Amino acid sequence: MKKSRLLTLTGILFLFSVLLMALTKTGSSNQNKLAASIERGKKVYAERCLTCHQADGGGVQNMNPPLTKTKWVLGDKIQLIQIVLKGLSTGVEIDGDSYHNVMASHADLTDLQIADVLTYVRNSFGNKAKTVTEAEVRSVRAKTK
Amino acid sequence: MKQLLLKPVCIAVLLCAFSLIACAGDTTKVATNSKENADDVILKLPDGFTASVFAEGLGHARHIAVNTNGDVYVKLANLKNGKGIYRLRDTNGDGKADDITGFGDIAGTGIAIKNGYLYASTDEEVFRYKLDAANNVANPDKPEKIVTGLLSRHEHEAKAIALDNDGNLYVNIGAYSNACQVADRQKGSPGMKPCPILDSAGGIWQFKADKPNQTYGDGIRYATGLRNVVGLNWNTATNTLFVMQHGRDQLHDLFPDLYDTKQSAELPAECMYELHKGSNCGWPYIYYDEFQHKKILAPEFGGDGKKTAGEDAQDPVVAFPGHLAPNGLLFYTGNKFPEKYKNGAFIAFHGSWNRAPEPQKGYLIAFVPFKDGKPAGDWEIFADNFSGGPELTASGHAKHRPCGLAQGTDGSIYVSDDSKGTIWKITYTGK
Repeated sequence: MKKSRLLTLTGILFLFSVLLMALTKTGSSNQNKLAASIERGKKVYAERCLTCHQADGGGVQNMNPPLTKTKWVLGDKIQLIQIVLKGLSTGVEIDGDSYHNVMASHADLTDLQIADVLTYVRNSFGNKAKTVTEAEVRSVRAKTK
Repeated sequence: MKQLLLKPVCIAVLLCAFSLIACAGDTTKVATNSKENADDVILKLPDGFTASVFAEGLGHARHIAVNTNGDVYVKLANLKNGKGIYRLRDTNGDGKADDITGFGDIAGTGIAIKNGYLYASTDEEVFRYKLDAANNVANPDKPEKIVTGLLSRHEHEAKAIALDNDGNLYVNIGAYSNACQVADRQKGSPGMKPCPILDSAGGIWQFKADKPNQTYGDGIRYATGLRNVVGLNWNTATNTLFVMQHGRDQLHDLFPDLYDTKQSAELPAECMYELHKGSNCGWPYIYYDEFQHKKILAPEFGGDGKKTAGEDAQDPVVAFPGHLAPNGLLFYTGNKFPEKYKNGAFIAFHGSWNRAPEPQKGYLIAFVPFKDGKPAGDWEIFADNFSGGPELTASGHAKHRPCGLAQGTDGSIYVSDDSKGTIWKITYTGK
């Protein structure tokens, strides 16, 4: 009896530690994935977005909208992906200020590049929002004309 | 186990540290910016000049005009308390507006006074208000519509205006495009030749100053090949229209193999042109390179940064550094500034954004001396530090952005700022 109890306890402890290790590992590998995506996204941002939206995501008065603290960036991922794919020529209004400049389509970027740049934008300049995955971009692209 | 426990602790500590830094930053910000007040910057001016705040807190104050009695009229890009035009009157002559009144539910950029009328534009129309014998707006709620139906397509939509001495009104109709590509600002999209935009935009249109409800068919395309003009003015010394063009953007973004970020920040020049009926300034096919002193074929049309083109296009009168965004132009005809300023040009540079990732520039008033209707020397900085300091200039987070210029009846000049709506009065007090 005593022996089997000890065995059960050891078993439980073992399982628990395995579970913990697995969790830690998943956590850190997710962290690594996020960091890698942000790193790649930063490069795409520099080539495609920085001139208009600026290095700090602050945008330009009346012309190019800021990418900070706005539902356009932090909210619906589908809409956000669509803007990158199709561009935007209708202007947007944020906190009573309107931004008019035309944004070109960036549909020539790969699904991964779009996922990366959006993940970067959603996790930079003080933003914190869920990542955008390559699969999500692929799915939106398939439905976007 | 240890690792697991340590992680959240580390994160918490980091977060605390970050929020402390953030809070500290915010506090400083509030301390300097809490009042929407131009005391937060001290303008740098040549010896003998002083600047004082004539009015402030007007919001997006675009162009300004001065009436014969000294009243300053300000056009707002966004309505403030439902009004798009503000009249600033200094009743006791202390250099500060003390009687401020708003009227007109029209937002926009352009404003000018001529022959007893105040002209003001929206992004599609131009109106005028009769000024009565007491120098008040006769019917503030009933302006006369002079021009209507102008194109406004989310890019270069501001309709800056000027009037000559022969009953004509000039309106900028900016091109709704950067370089007339098939898809605007899209990498790889070719330029359209001929550029179809030029039929109805990308130039200056001339209308009659007193004829109601004119539109494209009633006016003439006075000058073409101008991407976008915000600063323009009639030069009474030459009896010609001078304009400041906003040069094209994004040479590096669109053609990274031809232009590095530094070249893209410097090119092309922001150009001053003297216009005549039929003038062509070359957009979108060429841009002006102030280092090579040449008109260069735009890369959308086969250019490589070296090939020249635009033999039929005018050369600029003055070329300024790229992307500084000239929004106001004034020829000084007063007698209160030193002799060198007589008939010279003041230009309000709104400040750049398209120089990123290089440091931004601008947010200043430049001066070009003129003699016999031609520039008589290099341009120089007249008033600086609207941004609040070099770091705020470099980051583009300028506190104030010069936009409009007007000459006071007392020989001073006024400058408007469309960031916070400050109006400065600059006077010469030296001997």
